[in-house]
Amino acid sequence: MTDLTRLDYASVRKGLTSKAFTVKELIQAYINNIDKTRHLNCFITEMSEHALKQASEADERIRNNEARPLEGLPLAIKDNFCTKGILTTNGSKMLSNFIPPYDSTITQKLSDAGAIGLGKTNLDEFAMGSSTITSYYDPTVNPWKKEGSDRDLTPGGSSGGSAASVAARSSLIALGTDTGGSIRQPASFCGIVGLKPTYGLCSRYGIVAFASSLDQAGPLTRTVRDSAIVLNQMAGHDSKDFTSVKYPLPDYEAALTGNIKGLKVGIPTEYRMEGLDSEISEWWEKTSQWLSDQGAEIIDVSLPHTKYALPVYYIVAPAEASSNLARYDGVRYGYRAPNTTSLEEIYELSRTQGFGDEVKRRILLGTYVLSSGKYEDYYLRAQKVRQKVTEDFTETFKKVDVLLTPTTASTAFELGENVTDPLAMYLQDLFTVATNLAGIPAISVPVAQSKEGLPIGMQLIGPRFGEETLLRTADVIEKTAGFKLKEEF
Amino acid sequence: MSKKYIKTAMGTWEVVIGLEVHTQIKTNSKLFSGASTTFAGDPNSQVSFVDTAMPGMLPVPNKVCIEQTVKTGLALNSSINLVSVFDRKNYFYPDLPQGYQISQLYHPIVGPGHLEIDIDDTVKKIGIERIHIEQDAGKSVHDVMPNSSLIDLNRSGIGLMEIVTKPDMRSAEEAMEFIRKLRLLLWYLGTSDANMEEGSLRADVNISLHRPGTPLGTRAEIKNVNSIRFIGQAIEYEIKRQLELLEEGEEVVQETRLFDAGKGVTRSMRSKEDAQDYRYFPDPDLLPVILDEEFVQSIKESLPELPDQKKKRFMEDYGLSKYDASVMISDIKTPAYFEEAVKKAGEKEGTPKLIANWVTTELFSLLREKNLEINQSKISAVALAELINLIQDGTISGRIAKEVFLDMWNTGKPAKTIVDEKGLVQISDTSELEQFAEKVIQENPDVVKQYKAGKDKLLGFFVGQMMKLTGGKANPKIVNEILVKKLSD
Repeated sequence: MTDLTRLDYASVRKGLTSKAFTVKELIQAYINNIDKTRHLNCFITEMSEHALKQASEADERIRNNEARPLEGLPLAIKDNFCTKGILTTNGSKMLSNFIPPYDSTITQKLSDAGAIGLGKTNLDEFAMGSSTITSYYDPTVNPWKKEGSDRDLTPGGSSGGSAASVAARSSLIALGTDTGGSIRQPASFCGIVGLKPTYGLCSRYGIVAFASSLDQAGPLTRTVRDSAIVLNQMAGHDSKDFTSVKYPLPDYEAALTGNIKGLKVGIPTEYRMEGLDSEISEWWEKTSQWLSDQGAEIIDVSLPHTKYALPVYYIVAPAEASSNLARYDGVRYGYRAPNTTSLEEIYELSRTQGFGDEVKRRILLGTYVLSSGKYEDYYLRAQKVRQKVTEDFTETFKKVDVLLTPTTASTAFELGENVTDPLAMYLQDLFTVATNLAGIPAISVPVAQSKEGLPIGMQLIGPRFGEETLLRTADVIEKTAGFKLKEEF
Repeated sequence: MSKKYIKTAMGTWEVVIGLEVHTQIKTNSKLFSGASTTFAGDPNSQVSFVDTAMPGMLPVPNKVCIEQTVKTGLALNSSINLVSVFDRKNYFYPDLPQGYQISQLYHPIVGPGHLEIDIDDTVKKIGIERIHIEQDAGKSVHDVMPNSSLIDLNRSGIGLMEIVTKPDMRSAEEAMEFIRKLRLLLWYLGTSDANMEEGSLRADVNISLHRPGTPLGTRAEIKNVNSIRFIGQAIEYEIKRQLELLEEGEEVVQETRLFDAGKGVTRSMRSKEDAQDYRYFPDPDLLPVILDEEFVQSIKESLPELPDQKKKRFMEDYGLSKYDASVMISDIKTPAYFEEAVKKAGEKEGTPKLIANWVTTELFSLLREKNLEINQSKISAVALAELINLIQDGTISGRIAKEVFLDMWNTGKPAKTIVDEKGLVQISDTSELEQFAEKVIQENPDVVKQYKAGKDKLLGFFVGQMMKLTGGKANPKIVNEILVKKLSD
């Protein structure tokens, strides 16, 4: 029998409908892979028993011709999505004992559509990081290695567990969240597709907040089509999230026509920056050539405020985080330091012991930029520049349909690199943060392996609600690139 | 004007008072969650996941709270801001689960306006600076358990309006009158129960002293005063305290003080130096509240008749004195009772005035004695109207009516029945009354002599004798006429 974990969901769907195999067989195959790849540390919590039970129910539905749109989908869930009755740690000691009595809207919707949760994936603590190194549950290891090397690489982050799991075939599709690149950067490092939708397209209800004005949920998949299939179920207004948008939903899968004739593709000159890996730069050129070959028009464009995006991000995101994380005070749920004798001690010790260094660093940063006398210079000014960054995109999208850039400036780095230098780590978000600031969608799609044998991803950026064009273009790139995951890890 | 100033041996001082009134918005559910707002539920029985700030929970504004605040703003002659923004006020406290209070600092929903109060027989305009919407906190209970504090989150997240005045009040009386008038207005509008016992209305009092014509003095803020009487006491105490300091050449420190109702004193809570940095910033979970003119207009059109309008109408339409009209409108139930009685009694010349008199004297004193509200009165408005009619058509005298009134209260019988059963019909028969007059004159020759000698006041003696003879049933008007005539013979 073929290895069921090698099929994308579009093929799984066919196989299940034609009864070529059962959901139970499929889920069991994934559980076997979870066992085999446990050394990668993709999951914080495994849900195998639960998954097998659901698999039987799914088979029953298929037998009764009542299959739902995502019936039997083996799904990994980033551990910042609240899941009813299942530990939701957020990669933090602070929530190491937290079992939510509710589901996030997204996990609820996917579950209602037939997806089967395999487990909760590792992430940087409170999604703050680009490597999963800040997780309380140890880093995840990238299934890819440099050719001829056995040194562990980072899968990227913060959705590192999700990305590594999809690449290592211990899940078919994974949920991630993207605040500054947390879906796209790990997708790029792991050689898979990662989509950050338009801010407001997918509900944030029940997702542990990092930076509310930037956070957005999205899928990590092995193919562009799978991203479209899942997005169809994730998108939609939610009355429980005041920032979610009422928007007439298209069929995203139907957008994959393969036709990009006349598409205007912008190449932002500001992304040709120092520090960009030359090999990645070459593949950027090549990708734009592919698009041109298939009838797209390539246009050089300028996003003059690009260089401010990163500093703005590192003011806005910590500011919001410092306030969002105030609720973790040891009083009502989560970690409480033992042997405290006063209220102040409950606060101080619980937070000191419950949060890791990176989280504390960002809380301090955020507290500083919001403090009296600093607010105008930092937070308020950052918001003004954020507006400028957004206007850059608005203007540019009057001229072009999508933008093409690399997703990251380098391929996956070694676990242990950049750890002592937070600034070097923050540069991981260089190409991805601007879209979060502007609330616009972007997708990372793998195009090639580097000479060292590591995946390289390209990013497509679209205007608000431009997901269809992004998916269509990414689909064309994917088919042209013919990138393949490794057979074995 | 002299009353507005304090004169001492050391000269003239002016008191300057501004109020921040926090009043609970009348709605069924909380400001950002669906939990109930009913008073006195079991501890933590009216708490949602949003109110406890569980991870991933998001606030969704309650539209009714916004409508109610706009309504209040319009009734306070205030401008309505079509765009307002919710901000986070960050501080740690166990009864504040989010670690921040959602409020409106920078862009409140209601702008400047005013409220007129009657003070010393003149109308004074008290400026309204703004009204903003904010969340209430929960309650910490420190005295139930020996070694721990308990938290009740029933109030957590309840919507409040904070009504901020300009520093326009000059005495405790003015501040108290402002609160009385405001409370009345809120009752009429139905936008707040403004019930001080239940804590749904409380005020922060800002108070300072200065020499007239010089810049304002340093103010102290007395927090959370929760009755009109206490507001008066707190101000009086604070005036005395500040006056002593200033006249001894010392300085008033800018600080927050608490009023100790038991001792009638204010006490320092924290100085400006200890003031927290609340790190206000716009809540990224909430989009700006955007209203349109039509919405505001429709609320304007739905405003009920307000106390001042009602008072004016009572004076113009019913010929009530300013005092009577003020009493008739002084809560929400009395005007309805009054108008129902007037309607039933028929608007004969003087009837409304007579009804108002009966309500303010007989009815109110009985209600006060029984500790009841007017809507709990044993004598309905209709029953009172019937009694009034009996007085007006001469069936009974005013004196007898008081007796009948008490009987009505005790037996619940209509006035007419009581009058009939007890044979209380007034004697208006001139010939019958003349016989009584003859008798009285004959029996008191000495008094007649004195009367005729010029002691006019002795007429009252004869009237009294007549009443005694007739058991109070003699028509006093006719008795007077007959006596005057007979005694001048």
